[in-house]
Amino acid sequence: MKIFIEKTNKKLEKKFSGTVAELLNLLKLNSETVLVTKNNTLVSENEAVKDSDEIKILSVISGG
Amino acid sequence: MECTECKKIIGKNKIINNPKFNQKSKNKSSAVFSNPSLCKEHFTIYFENKVKKAIKDFKLLSKKDKLVVAASGGKDSTVLLYLLKKLGYNPEALAIDEGIRGYRSETLKNLKSFCRQNNITLNIVSYKKEFGEELDTMLHGLKIIPCSLCGALRRYLLNKYSRKYNKIATGHNLDDESQSIVMNLLKNNLELNSRLGPKTGIDADRTAGTDANIKLQIQEISEGKGFVQRVKPLYFCTEKEVMAYTLLKGIKVDFAECPHVPESFRAHIRDMLNDYELSHPGTKKSIIKNFLNILPKLKKHCSRNYSNSAKNHEEKNSKTLRPCKICGEPSDNETCRACLFLAMVKSNNSKAKSLNNNLLQIRV
Repeated sequence: MKIFIEKTNKKLEKKFSGTVAELLNLLKLNSETVLVTKNNTLVSENEAVKDSDEIKILSVISGG
Repeated sequence: MECTECKKIIGKNKIINNPKFNQKSKNKSSAVFSNPSLCKEHFTIYFENKVKKAIKDFKLLSKKDKLVVAASGGKDSTVLLYLLKKLGYNPEALAIDEGIRGYRSETLKNLKSFCRQNNITLNIVSYKKEFGEELDTMLHGLKIIPCSLCGALRRYLLNKYSRKYNKIATGHNLDDESQSIVMNLLKNNLELNSRLGPKTGIDADRTAGTDANIKLQIQEISEGKGFVQRVKPLYFCTEKEVMAYTLLKGIKVDFAECPHVPESFRAHIRDMLNDYELSHPGTKKSIIKNFLNILPKLKKHCSRNYSNSAKNHEEKNSKTLRPCKICGEPSDNETCRACLFLAMVKSNNSKAKSLNNNLLQIRV
């Protein structure tokens, strides 16, 4: 699975299948502070994701 | 996961009008947002209804208002501009350019483009033009939290340049407000909390005949001075909901964070609340709900303090509103916060200049 974490500009490749919530937990990211897209479509935390998906994790915190 | 609203409709095995959402749906749709679990269509309706409800319940705006949005090019103020335009309020936009390097020019680029595409009048006021230097330069050698200086100067300029309007709408959301409430609580500042809420400042039409300080503010507003009333239509929307709406509507904004934010007290409170929200969902909403319940009593309590000190406004530490002795803008004290900070910056610049001159002489 290709994962891009926007806040840190980090690209990862990980073997994972489960829900978005489980993925965020694994990456130690707070779901309150991010939105996730799967293959460029916004998805909820209960969405199932698998190895072939492209995941982007976007920070909701912005501005000043 | 499926959208809960779509499921309700499908579950009844027929196409029905959902009176809450005023929408028919015959397709199962995946949820794009959790808590509540909603598809793109229903999330959009849910979000827009939240804003409309806030405007209606708290009488924030009327179509007759001459309205300006304090805009930055960030997601909150841009979504606000988009929605207010969509709802028929005809807002203009006012932006403050602090000159923050690597940040402000990008957000303003997006804002200019958005306003052009949506036929919204945009005015930009810059620190450089108003104060002679940009924020980053002001901060050199100054031992101060950047947000304290920047916040005071932004508020000063927003108020000064919004006098031709009768309302300023800001993009403050539920996260912003819950952070402010907690920050003021921890600093034991009741008075600042009494000035929060979905609507702040004086509504001149409705408060005639109340205490001395309010009468003074009403008089100033009628003379084109004083504080312009501020409203927060996104008050009940979380930061996450605003971001989701931005993405779903394809509104082009800059998602960067101001480089000075990590140094701020607010950032610590924000992180603390987000951590707590994860383990105790509903925390931020509870803070707001509780605060709104006590706000009328808090305002009354702080207003009583204003009335008492209004009788002796030469008294030291009196909280009566009066013109700043330097710039003439409304102020709680003899000198307004903006002028105090500018004096600090000027003094710092003089010291730096004097130090440089001394160093030059030593070298010679």
